[in-house]
Amino acid sequence: MSWFERLMPSRIRTDVQRKRTVPEGLWAKCPGCNAVLYRVELDRNLDVCPKCNHHNRISARRRLDIFLDETPREEIGAQIESLDPLKFKDLKKYKDRLAQAQKKTQEREALIVMLGKLKGLSVVAAAFEFGFMGGSMGSVVGERFVRGVETALAKNASLICFSASGGARMQESLFSLMQMAKTSAAIGRLRARGLPFISVLTDPTMGGVSASLAMLGDLNIAEPKALIGFAGPRVIQQTVRETLPEGFQRSEFLLEHGALDLILDRRQMRDKIADLLAMLTHRPKP
Amino acid sequence: MDLNFLPFEQPIAELEAKIEELRRVGHDNQINIEEEIERLQAKSHSLTAKIFAELTDWQISQLARHPQRPYTLDYIPRIFEDFQELHGDRTFADDHAIVGGIARLNGRPVVLIGHQKGRDTKEKLYRNFGMPKPEGYRKALRLMELAERFRLPLLTFIDTPGAYPGIDAEERGQSEAIARNLLVMAHLRTPILCTVIGEGGSGGALAIGVGDRLLMLQFSTYSVISPEGCASILWKSAEKAELAAEAMAITAEKLHALQLVDGIVPEPLGGAHRHPEQMAETLKEQLIAQLDELCDQDQEELLARRYQRLLAFGRFKEQKP
Repeated sequence: MSWFERLMPSRIRTDVQRKRTVPEGLWAKCPGCNAVLYRVELDRNLDVCPKCNHHNRISARRRLDIFLDETPREEIGAQIESLDPLKFKDLKKYKDRLAQAQKKTQEREALIVMLGKLKGLSVVAAAFEFGFMGGSMGSVVGERFVRGVETALAKNASLICFSASGGARMQESLFSLMQMAKTSAAIGRLRARGLPFISVLTDPTMGGVSASLAMLGDLNIAEPKALIGFAGPRVIQQTVRETLPEGFQRSEFLLEHGALDLILDRRQMRDKIADLLAMLTHRPKP
Repeated sequence: MDLNFLPFEQPIAELEAKIEELRRVGHDNQINIEEEIERLQAKSHSLTAKIFAELTDWQISQLARHPQRPYTLDYIPRIFEDFQELHGDRTFADDHAIVGGIARLNGRPVVLIGHQKGRDTKEKLYRNFGMPKPEGYRKALRLMELAERFRLPLLTFIDTPGAYPGIDAEERGQSEAIARNLLVMAHLRTPILCTVIGEGGSGGALAIGVGDRLLMLQFSTYSVISPEGCASILWKSAEKAELAAEAMAITAEKLHALQLVDGIVPEPLGGAHRHPEQMAETLKEQLIAQLDELCDQDQEELLARRYQRLLAFGRFKEQKP
């Protein structure tokens, strides 16, 4: 209240509190086309804009939830948690960043792995949680991924991984870099056994994750318009000092340059991947 | 200031210049100044020892990128016999940031792959500053498969700021090229011995760095991102590179203590660039000894051990449910 209002109380009474009538979170604005969308409808549409088909980023848990059959589901490696082997500290301590990420995402780490079924087919499905320190790959992500591979080997299941990551986790330094070698080596075991690995690249898949497990799928599938690449667009721009071409490092660009097998709409993901897996493993159409 | 010396090497540079000058004077005047030269040399030696005993991680990372540091092609003729360079990825181009070929090490035929940087501006551009494009990694891949096919051990030399971040590199699948090498090296049916000779820059280094043993020269570095890059992201300023270098544990000594590296190859006093011949000699001995051990192993055992070694990377805790 200003000093003037205190001296001369206004006769017009407007209740500031009562102004807000729309509850928060009921409407969402599409980052693609700016359309105002009804949240419930957006949810029903798997977070794809019904107007422009923009694929919103979704959490790892929701990703697995909409992909897998409802039962059975069993989480793998949930008990594995981060250590801070270097006692890393930049402007903040790594420990604090971890705690913060855990609080924000309600997840313990940036990769969730589950054993379950996809239209009756045995699968291990993994998904990166981008909200957890940019989905960065450190020791825990690497280990959980490898446990997923080992479970797939043990159960004769296929592996599907949805990546969404900025790359390696700097706070674990060389331990992180070595996760690239570790996860890639494990994929080699799947190949030797003839079990399919389907890599689904979602927005964004960059750096060390892109340059290891994400590009090693028997099939590399991407969601529309996902940012996918090794170096970040800003780093490239600083290096080459040219304007980057339109649509550079987007799914469609990668498909055109031969890095992807196909681009899939999120709403077809379940049906299409189930059918592809069935063909790869000589099973009837699910 | 002598540009071939780093700032912290300047006191050594000054002494060395003085010695050089005295030598010239000695020649001109026929005066015996040997004693004085010897005295200065002893001083230079102890000064170097003193400076190098207290190097910070940031100084080591500068040494790893020292303009005079020996590169892959400086080592090859000093370590190997009968080297024949093999070019090209058979698909697109010959990437000059990676060199490879076939040679003998102490009589044993081997396949070599290494990053290559350039020394003067022209050469730097020709080598793309040691930053490979996908065709470089695919050339390396082709040579790895050649090694496997002919049962030749594979030796790699790592020295790169990183894989090239460019439009063309992305178009041709930089990520895929690196990823595929990781997968292939993990299961390649021949011994693989990797040595970081200078700068181990992230995925671009790892793409020829997966194997049975990993050695690092004493003043080389290996990291997930350059100190400058890390500083600009986490400290929001590239100026803090010194702090980032310290925090990331990028030196041979620290990485060895963390069991991420199998062995450290000691460098001569003042670093590899002061005595390249001596460095090559030490490295050669190490490579021969390590390779003898690896080649003695049964192949299935070797591959099983390599896989276990790769899977053991990482530190985490596991709560029992």
